[in-house]
Amino acid sequence: MTSASWGLRIAAFLCIFFLHFPLFIIVLYAFTTDDKTYAFPPPGLTLHWFTVAAGRADIWAALWLSVQTALLATAIALVLGTMVAAAMYKAKFWGKESITLLFILPIALPGIVTGIALLSTIRRVNLEPGVLTMVIGHATFCIVTVFNNVVARLRRLSQSQLEASADLGADSWQTFRFVVLPSISTALLAGGLLSFALSFDEVIVTTFTAGTDQTLPIWFLNELFRPRDRPITNVVALFVIAVTLIPILLVQRLTQAGEDLHGGGKTS
Amino acid sequence: MTTATSFTEQSKPEIAVCLEQVVCSFTTSGKTVRAVDQVDLEIAAGEFFSLLGPSGSGKTTCLRLIGGFERPASGVIKLFGADASRLPPFQRELNTVFQDYALFPHMSVLENVGYALMVRGVPKLERIKRATEMLESVKLAGFAARRPAQLSGGQRQRVALARALVNRPRILLLDEPLGALDLKLREEMQIELKALQRELGITFIYVTHDQGEALSMSDRVAVFNHGKIEQMDAPKVLYDAPRTEFVAKFVGSANVIPGVLIGRSGLFALRPENIRVLEGYHNGLSGELLDIHFLGAQTRLEIRVGNERIATLQSGVSHLERGAAVTLEWSEQHLRQLEVSA
Repeated sequence: MTSASWGLRIAAFLCIFFLHFPLFIIVLYAFTTDDKTYAFPPPGLTLHWFTVAAGRADIWAALWLSVQTALLATAIALVLGTMVAAAMYKAKFWGKESITLLFILPIALPGIVTGIALLSTIRRVNLEPGVLTMVIGHATFCIVTVFNNVVARLRRLSQSQLEASADLGADSWQTFRFVVLPSISTALLAGGLLSFALSFDEVIVTTFTAGTDQTLPIWFLNELFRPRDRPITNVVALFVIAVTLIPILLVQRLTQAGEDLHGGGKTS
Repeated sequence: MTTATSFTEQSKPEIAVCLEQVVCSFTTSGKTVRAVDQVDLEIAAGEFFSLLGPSGSGKTTCLRLIGGFERPASGVIKLFGADASRLPPFQRELNTVFQDYALFPHMSVLENVGYALMVRGVPKLERIKRATEMLESVKLAGFAARRPAQLSGGQRQRVALARALVNRPRILLLDEPLGALDLKLREEMQIELKALQRELGITFIYVTHDQGEALSMSDRVAVFNHGKIEQMDAPKVLYDAPRTEFVAKFVGSANVIPGVLIGRSGLFALRPENIRVLEGYHNGLSGELLDIHFLGAQTRLEIRVGNERIATLQSGVSHLERGAAVTLEWSEQHLRQLEVSA
């Protein structure tokens, strides 16, 4: 199976084109000299909009809020997701599958449902919508990605390694620190990066939980209705693509490396 | 069991491990199985003690109970006289060589061996010194920087051994440690392990399903079947005087002869090498020669007597031919009456 048929190749290229042409357009118009319409081809190319975008305080504020939210949500997800995974991977009890489903549900549910649910809860407990509520909202689905990554890695950890550690005098914390943590470190990194990327470009749940604060994606939406300095949105979009793409590429490499490690380093 | 206790009576050493009426059960798909069923056991300090039995006989669970990886449902486990039934593994002064070695793949050989010292807060320099010494004593001095994945099966086995011994435990548990090695390496390691145990003078508790291994290395052997100990004796006693049908067959594959065949009541064990085969009909048990297996130094003859198949072993080559009428002879001392189990 070295090469596919011509028909399949063409289909694959068409598919790539279909997926990425809009992105190409976005990137292209970040450099256009025309600030009102998206005329094709662009009348000229310039780096002017990058300087304009860099000078806008509202962009920087939105960016900072997005980073802050993503970092906090990821941190919460790492701690809680790992704890859930550690509790679930070994346990056998009636209803385990249903409980696993409950953990995964937030990512399967439409964002709008999660958003409304969170909003009504926030109102009920009299929380002021803001960074805190956004972080909580994002954490609900970030936990899932961490949980999935960590639980898969834990299942491959041999039980006798944990027993050997205890046998050699390590208490539970030392076993976690010296045996479990090194085994799941790449899974944590992968889950964490995915969480960050998920949180960073989240719109729907954010809309319901943000209050008056603007994260970068929300800033985008608002900007679309104010046709002023249009290419600035393209510049910011380019930036967001870069910020979310890098972690995802890293995750791909990490999970692949993890599998190789597992295959090559198995001792039993 | 009179001969079995002679080891303890002569030297009166300390009792390292003591199990009293220990029960351990597992529940799988709604069915509860007693893996270890009311086991009593005393192992003296400095003894090489083997737990022998087929898979599922409870020998490994028994070892895991001593190591603290399983909790007894009832009964008491004492280590050097102190009740350890509820102690977690990290509070027991014993170490284990696991069947799959359970080396830590992300640590070097030296870090693996030094692990027990590290978690106890031994300073780094001393840790390295002692781990290096330990590696030298298992002949792996040049492998300190390697990862477990870069070692052969035999080398990993030695690392596991060094790691378990570095903290100088008073008891070493070994769970089929040679199971994954090929025959030649296994025989070498048997000799080395026995020598190591003699040199260190610590208690070895060894789980195996290989009766040859158990007989050649141990001071005493406990034969497990269905979660119970069928017999606990020195290897020679176990071999010469099996008490039950199971032990007679499992340890050295003796013939089990129903009494009716020889005009008595009960069951009897008779080892193949203790039977003489005479050509033709004589006074004694006669039968038909079914099969001849030439094994080199010995020849194994299979003889049908009534409805029973009886195996014999004799030195050298047999001149008999298949289908020949033969008579079996043995001296009375080799015939062992067995307990008939309920």
